[in-house]
Amino acid sequence: MFTIDQKAKKFTISLMIIGLIALIYGFISNPHGAWPALLFNTYFYLGISIFAVFFVALQYVAEAGWSIVLKRVPEAVMGALPIFSLIMLFIMIASIMHWNHIYHWLHEGIMDPANEHYDKIIAGKEPYLNATFFIIRTIIYLLGWNYFAKKLRSLSILEDQSVGSKIHSMGISTSAWFMVFFAVTSSMASWDWIMSIDTHWFSTLFGWYVFAEWSAIGFTTIFLFTLYLKRMGYLNHVNENHIHDLGKWIFAFSLVWTYMWFSQFMLIWYANIPEEVAYFTARLEVDNYKFLFWFSMLINFLFPIILLMSRDAKRNNTRLIFVSCVILFGHWLNSYLLVAPGTLNTHGHIGFTEIGIGLGFAGLLIYITLNALTKQPLETKNHPFLDESKNLHT
Amino acid sequence: MQKEAEIRDPLILGNKTYHDITVDVARPVEGKANKYWWILFSLSLLLFIWGVLCIAYTIGTGIGAWGLNKTVNWAWDITNFVWWIGIGHAGTLISAVLLLFRQKWRMAINRSAEAMTIFGVVQAGLFPLIHMGRPWLAYWVLPIPNQFGSLWVNFNSPLLWDVFAISTYLSVSVVFWYIGLIPDFAMLRDRMSSTLSPMKKKLYAFLAFGWSGRAKHWQRFEEVSLVLAGLATPLVFSVHSIVSMDFATSVIPGWHTTIFPPYFVLGALFSGFAMVETLLIIMRKVVNLEAYITIKHVEYMNVIILLTGSLVGTAYITELFMAWYSGVEFEQYAFLNRATGPYWWAYAIMMTCNVLTPQLYWFRSIRTSFVATFILSIFVNIGMWFERFVIIVTSLHRDFLPTSWTMFSPTFIDIGIYLGTIGFFFTLFLMYARTFPVIAQAELKTILKSSGSEFKNKK
Repeated sequence: MFTIDQKAKKFTISLMIIGLIALIYGFISNPHGAWPALLFNTYFYLGISIFAVFFVALQYVAEAGWSIVLKRVPEAVMGALPIFSLIMLFIMIASIMHWNHIYHWLHEGIMDPANEHYDKIIAGKEPYLNATFFIIRTIIYLLGWNYFAKKLRSLSILEDQSVGSKIHSMGISTSAWFMVFFAVTSSMASWDWIMSIDTHWFSTLFGWYVFAEWSAIGFTTIFLFTLYLKRMGYLNHVNENHIHDLGKWIFAFSLVWTYMWFSQFMLIWYANIPEEVAYFTARLEVDNYKFLFWFSMLINFLFPIILLMSRDAKRNNTRLIFVSCVILFGHWLNSYLLVAPGTLNTHGHIGFTEIGIGLGFAGLLIYITLNALTKQPLETKNHPFLDESKNLHT
Repeated sequence: MQKEAEIRDPLILGNKTYHDITVDVARPVEGKANKYWWILFSLSLLLFIWGVLCIAYTIGTGIGAWGLNKTVNWAWDITNFVWWIGIGHAGTLISAVLLLFRQKWRMAINRSAEAMTIFGVVQAGLFPLIHMGRPWLAYWVLPIPNQFGSLWVNFNSPLLWDVFAISTYLSVSVVFWYIGLIPDFAMLRDRMSSTLSPMKKKLYAFLAFGWSGRAKHWQRFEEVSLVLAGLATPLVFSVHSIVSMDFATSVIPGWHTTIFPPYFVLGALFSGFAMVETLLIIMRKVVNLEAYITIKHVEYMNVIILLTGSLVGTAYITELFMAWYSGVEFEQYAFLNRATGPYWWAYAIMMTCNVLTPQLYWFRSIRTSFVATFILSIFVNIGMWFERFVIIVTSLHRDFLPTSWTMFSPTFIDIGIYLGTIGFFFTLFLMYARTFPVIAQAELKTILKSSGSEFKNKK
């Protein structure tokens, strides 16, 4: 059984305290800027925790054998899903209650032809972008994701005590249903929470782009927890082959993200249609964002492709940890850029509020994950592919 | 040796030994062709010849021989081009991506899938070539100095990117395919009698590059395979992404949409796996490979078809939704017209064959049936042809100027060239099935003791 050591406990609690201070400081000094900071951080960490559910489901439907010895790790990461779901729900309720100005389309009178703020294009989106339907959708996504997370976790625990492959096949069918649900809701959630900030703008690729980002940071997080446990002397069956496989996923999905980034950017840049290109000019022609825009893309792409290309690199823990930290930081910056220009116009900047909330949420995620790891034995039993995983050789 | 879980189904049936595998794979090459082979071959050859005549007529008289007009100035040619390129993609995924994922089931099907890739790309390549009107000047698409006759190529054009993407793709695919063939050619060389068939023996000896099966040979073989898989994997994405950019970089409603690159890649894999199934379900019967290409292989491919088909479906719906959500009336009209305009039937065929019928694979009884799979794979082939037709023709036929609104009708030359490429494709595939080891037997033998039915039962 895993136990949290005092050092980790102190570390995560201090992170959470920093987060709390940043939150209070932000909302007192500049509430208009604190809401976007809260939103993009929630987007980032909710993404990590929902991706952990996806990871577990993916192993089931793909009949993957390699990952079984570390499957308690993603299961623990998805323990953070309920809390980040609640925070997201809170932000969305606050938005429709007009406690903040994140969503331009919620602006008073914007869909009313008689009002001076009337915007014809935004009014055309009313059947989709209206407060009631919007909040109902958010509740459906979050309830669904949490339901599947709970179900997959309980099946995994049940499997430890059972014989035969009945629980395993239940896991496969639950995962298949989750995949269907997630394929639709992950895209829609990204349109609702993020894309509708820049209300006029639209991009068919946006949902898959967000999915690729969640995958990249999700794999990275799962890897970091696995390695931490290994270093603390747990997970004896995890060896360099499993680390190598996780490294491959980090490498692959960093590149998938870059591919999505490039597809979206290049096509809009090339066609140069004013309605679409406005999204990028809001980022590229503002000094606050221009550097971050290129910088976050470049580090998210160049570090993994150069430093993780070779086989040896993916078996080198120091190298992997370094690249993982760079990727997490790069995607965190990119998440900021998804939210800030649309909400704060040209006035956004990364300060104590943004960083503090980010660190606080990191503390929350780490604490919940470590706590979830103490609840069940790290060694799983009775999984039909367990032997394959123990004898993995790549 | 790798452990394999008991609940995994065997991938080689019928208690085969190493020698049985050799004999089974060599049989179609060493024996005589049966009646079915000759019937299929004659039909394909006739179609091919008919296609050649239509191509000759086009080159002789000009592109006016096709049904194109001023509004619909791109139709079957580019539809067929994209369709064939897409079909090739499954081969690369099976050979490269599944190798990186260490999927053992790829070994029974990778050889034929790669052959299909190469033959598919050959068909695809014909269309831009014919469309040039003067194919003898085809070298003008290469970036060569002006004194060779052309002006410097336009690097801003995605059509030029296509030239680079597809020629890279074709060369990597051929090299990958050939490297895998070397040990199997050596097997055929060693079995050929030098007195009964000296020419054949010499030929296979030449093709085998002096392979001896030494440990050093194997080590290099595996290293090269991995490197080539690493090179081919980005190509799975890049080729069809660039094909999609032929459309998506434009400002035509229905063409310009950011989801196109990944959505084209998924569609390509979808159609490619369907074609692999169409070919292999016939081939396993004709050349008696039922023990190697099993229902489990087909089931795995069906799962991939279900996945990619559903993702393509979500992309269709996303496009429809975003067209409405964008508030751009041209976008909105383009999609309304696509679904309910004069070409509604093409849209309906596309939706039915690509999104609805693959959902039948949720039922285990259907995805583990050869007959159902064969029928559904034909559906996918048809549906994916119509997808390209819908994207291309319905976006063009009602352009920004209502006076030039028109319809497209193919001439018999259009139809003849398309059928001709199908004939050419099957001619090549049938010749391949008689002269090449159609299963990567050397690789397959490496999993006999972990995934063969006899060894699974012993555990």
